Amino acid sequence: MEQTTQALDAAAERADVLGQDEPRAFTDRLASIVASLEREFPGAVMEHGVGLDMPAMRLRLEDWVACCRWLRDEPGLRYALLSDLTAVDYLERSPRFDLVAHLYSHESQTYLRVKTGVEGAAPEAPTLCEVWPGANWLEREVWDMFGIRFVGHPDLRRILTPDGWEYFALRRDFPLQGPGMIKLYDSVKDVF
Amino acid sequence: MTTDLLGEASGAETAGVTQKTMTLNLGPQHPSTHGVLRLLLELDGETVVNCQPHIGYLHTGFEKNMEAKTYHKAIPYTDRMDYLSAMIYNVAYVQTVEKLCGIEITPRCAYVRTLVSELQRIASHMVWYGTTGMDLGASTAFLYAFRDREDILDFFEELAGGRLTPSYTRVGGMAADLTPGFEERCKTWLVRLPGLIDDYEALLTNNEVFLERTQNVGTMTAEDLIALGVTGPVLRASGFDWDIRRSNPYLIYDKLDFKVCTATGGDVFSRYKVRMGEMREAVKICLQVLDGMPGGEINISDTKYRRPPKDTIMVGMEELIHHFKIATAGFPVPAGEAYVPVESSKGELGFYVVSDGTGKPQRVRVRPPSLLNLQALPQMARGRMIADVVALIGSIDIVLGEVDR
Repeated sequence: MEQTTQALDAAAERADVLGQDEPRAFTDRLASIVASLEREFPGAVMEHGVGLDMPAMRLRLEDWVACCRWLRDEPGLRYALLSDLTAVDYLERSPRFDLVAHLYSHESQTYLRVKTGVEGAAPEAPTLCEVWPGANWLEREVWDMFGIRFVGHPDLRRILTPDGWEYFALRRDFPLQGPGMIKLYDSVKDVF
Repeated sequence: MTTDLLGEASGAETAGVTQKTMTLNLGPQHPSTHGVLRLLLELDGETVVNCQPHIGYLHTGFEKNMEAKTYHKAIPYTDRMDYLSAMIYNVAYVQTVEKLCGIEITPRCAYVRTLVSELQRIASHMVWYGTTGMDLGASTAFLYAFRDREDILDFFEELAGGRLTPSYTRVGGMAADLTPGFEERCKTWLVRLPGLIDDYEALLTNNEVFLERTQNVGTMTAEDLIALGVTGPVLRASGFDWDIRRSNPYLIYDKLDFKVCTATGGDVFSRYKVRMGEMREAVKICLQVLDGMPGGEINISDTKYRRPPKDTIMVGMEELIHHFKIATAGFPVPAGEAYVPVESSKGELGFYVVSDGTGKPQRVRVRPPSLLNLQALPQMARGRMIADVVALIGSIDIVLGEVDR
């Protein structure tokens, strides 16, 4: 009996934390960030909203690096950790790709998701390596998997697939398997 | 090993320059690289001038495969990424899907998930302790650690049926509840564990050879590590007090009393101290969880996401249809995206799942802690001796299954 009461209390507590406080804090936080970003870089924030897990915003591709640098350095925000950088392929949409970065601020202990759209034909985006050295391998992986070329990247080589590979495996139009199964070893013959 | 060596040397000859540095290929088939990591070391005598990791030998396209599977069927893939912290991966993945679906798990489920995560953290650190010890010439450490890790794997086998790859979690609950008597047996074993960790420490902590090999090796500042995206024990060993279990608590970590272990040296030995401390803290957490383990259901009652119980499938038409639908087409997950970070034994682990409203995800992305931690290796290794590289790889604690995915 005692255990059940304890369990119910625990559930009520969780519901409180997840159900009410978090999104409200997200909204306030996002509003202030967007307002400051708008002052610094007019027109850079194309869209913003509060997701299920964290506040998110979509930035203009031209302002991608400048905005990220500002988010890293701005006192009171200091999103110093580039937690993750990846891409999503929305095959039929324009722009086709989304670059998605998850930033973390140790000061406020919050996450922020920033995105930018990249067009499908000859996709290119500026590199974040100068802002976060850790973006190096993450961007190499995005190049390897999605074929998005990062302009200004110091070492843009494939990272997971062999150097001679011609495909971008995580694109939605790349099949899981197919009749012309790729001859893997032909492409890497020159390595050995 | 010879190909690169000779290739580089002959290249220099044709250019007519005397080559001062030598390129040495370490791995991918080398026991100290903990799997299939290949390092191109540029050496000046025995000093490392540059170190270039080559990864991808274990690339299996997990993320691509997960896109083609229903949400439930993707769970076994999560085991196989970091096969030393499979439970933590299971938990991280289903947490993200649950976030998308708006599922609130039962208190008992939250407790069980915390328990297995912490047991897994101990097991993962034991492997790290054993292999690092062996890399540095202490093979007794390896035998001690693997003997005790076996007990944890036996617990997992009892709970989930799998030892290394348990796939224990389900969206909205677990594959099975704790077995009868599990809590007592687990507690008896856990009470014994701090004594065993004392034994571990007796082997290495004051060992002159170990200290020589680890102290002031690969020292990094917290700022450099954060810029490189390094998280977890490696970052905490540089004096940076950040643990997701504390800063962004999930499951029941906000109710638990535990210490975030840090050290100030930033070298290999500090990383050793942090992980040893984390093992002890994990024991404390497990005992608290076992003490507070609530009763009640382990799975949510909403059968929209959960398979109906087996006995009802056998007699009810609706349940049978429902079971069939979930097994073949999966359950639709509301369109949206979520990233839920957890503290794995290696650092920040998160699944970023994008749903388009169907039964299969649009994109599943893993934030692999080992990949980003490994990225700091060249900076740590530069200027050190070649033997230190072995100690450094051990101290970062990489799992190549997760680096390459």
